[in-house]
Amino acid sequence: MNRWNLFTRGLVKENAVLVLMIGLCPALAVSGTVRDAFGMGLAATFVLLFSNVIISIMRKKIPNEVRIPVFILIISTFVTIIDYVMQAFQPDLYRALGVFVPLIVVNCMILGRAEAFASKNSIINSILDGLGVGLGFTLALTVMGAVREILGNGTFLGMAIFGEGFKKSPVIFMILPPGAFLVIGVLKALINKYVKKETQ
Amino acid sequence: MKNSALIFLSAFLVNNIVLMRFLGLCPFFGVSTAVETATGMGMAVIFVMTLASWITWIVYHGVLLPFNLVFLRTAVFILTIASLVQLVEMFLKKYYRTLYNAMGIYLPLITTNCAILGITFLNIDNKFNFMNATVFAIATGIGFMVVMITFAAIRERLDLAPINPSLKGYPISFIAAGLMALAFLGFSGLFGLS
Repeated sequence: MNRWNLFTRGLVKENAVLVLMIGLCPALAVSGTVRDAFGMGLAATFVLLFSNVIISIMRKKIPNEVRIPVFILIISTFVTIIDYVMQAFQPDLYRALGVFVPLIVVNCMILGRAEAFASKNSIINSILDGLGVGLGFTLALTVMGAVREILGNGTFLGMAIFGEGFKKSPVIFMILPPGAFLVIGVLKALINKYVKKETQ
Repeated sequence: MKNSALIFLSAFLVNNIVLMRFLGLCPFFGVSTAVETATGMGMAVIFVMTLASWITWIVYHGVLLPFNLVFLRTAVFILTIASLVQLVEMFLKKYYRTLYNAMGIYLPLITTNCAILGITFLNIDNKFNFMNATVFAIATGIGFMVVMITFAAIRERLDLAPINPSLKGYPISFIAAGLMALAFLGFSGLFGLS
């Protein structure tokens, strides 16, 4: 397969959150603001990229019977690294993301790529695949975060974009949990309506 | 005792695991197609969540803290839970056949479920003692089961309703879950809990 296609497949065509509907828990939980969503996306991309690389390097050494526990151990190593790095350098973001940073380890998107791609393909291809899927996840989270922050708080990355009137009474429930369900429901419906038809 | 009651209400209603904390969404959307399967899944989650809370609490306070190995938390917890579920499954299959038939097939599904692992992390982060961790796990599991069964009942009706084709399936389920979450938002502030 063409390498560019490999990268864009995870980014758009098989976007983890909006098309395949996996990795939903962090996508809904931390997309309240653009900053949280982007930070979560990058953290997951980091773990996905490096676990893909290591698994791809070791793919001929890992015995088939114990491959899943080995994958989980490799993934949890990188999750622990990003957990501590964030705690040290981005304490505010770390507090906002809370339990969802260590929970990257059970994000089925990452184990899914390890099992379906990295354990069967070369290092370069695994890097491209990891970057594509990870950035696709970041993109989906950031779009949701942008919609929710703009409507729910009247800001984008903390900058006010509407007038005073909106600031006094924003659509407050958009940044609360119900907003997450509504935003992803509407986004998925729009994708079904406009995107699916073109590919069919 | 009063403290335990508050933890129970908080975990069950105010901070409902699915609708407010967004943990365990995969089984919530994946297995909630009929009330029966939702009940089986809910029972399995209560069971495993309590066992996992016990064992990870003991491992954390008995091994990781004294030996200064807290940084291994993520890896140790997930491997402990995975092996625990395997053991439980084999044990039930051999000795408690009826229980196995009721929830056996859901056990492997929840091994790497973020709800289970999330609760064990929250037990540690909230500095619960053993008793409170148990209450927290059971209440969370019951909260999961109640929401799951309610949602399954809603989805059984959604299947028959005339819905715009682009909203069919996932989108309308998300929107229905959003409305349920909006209703659960009404519980916030109950007894001063948030």
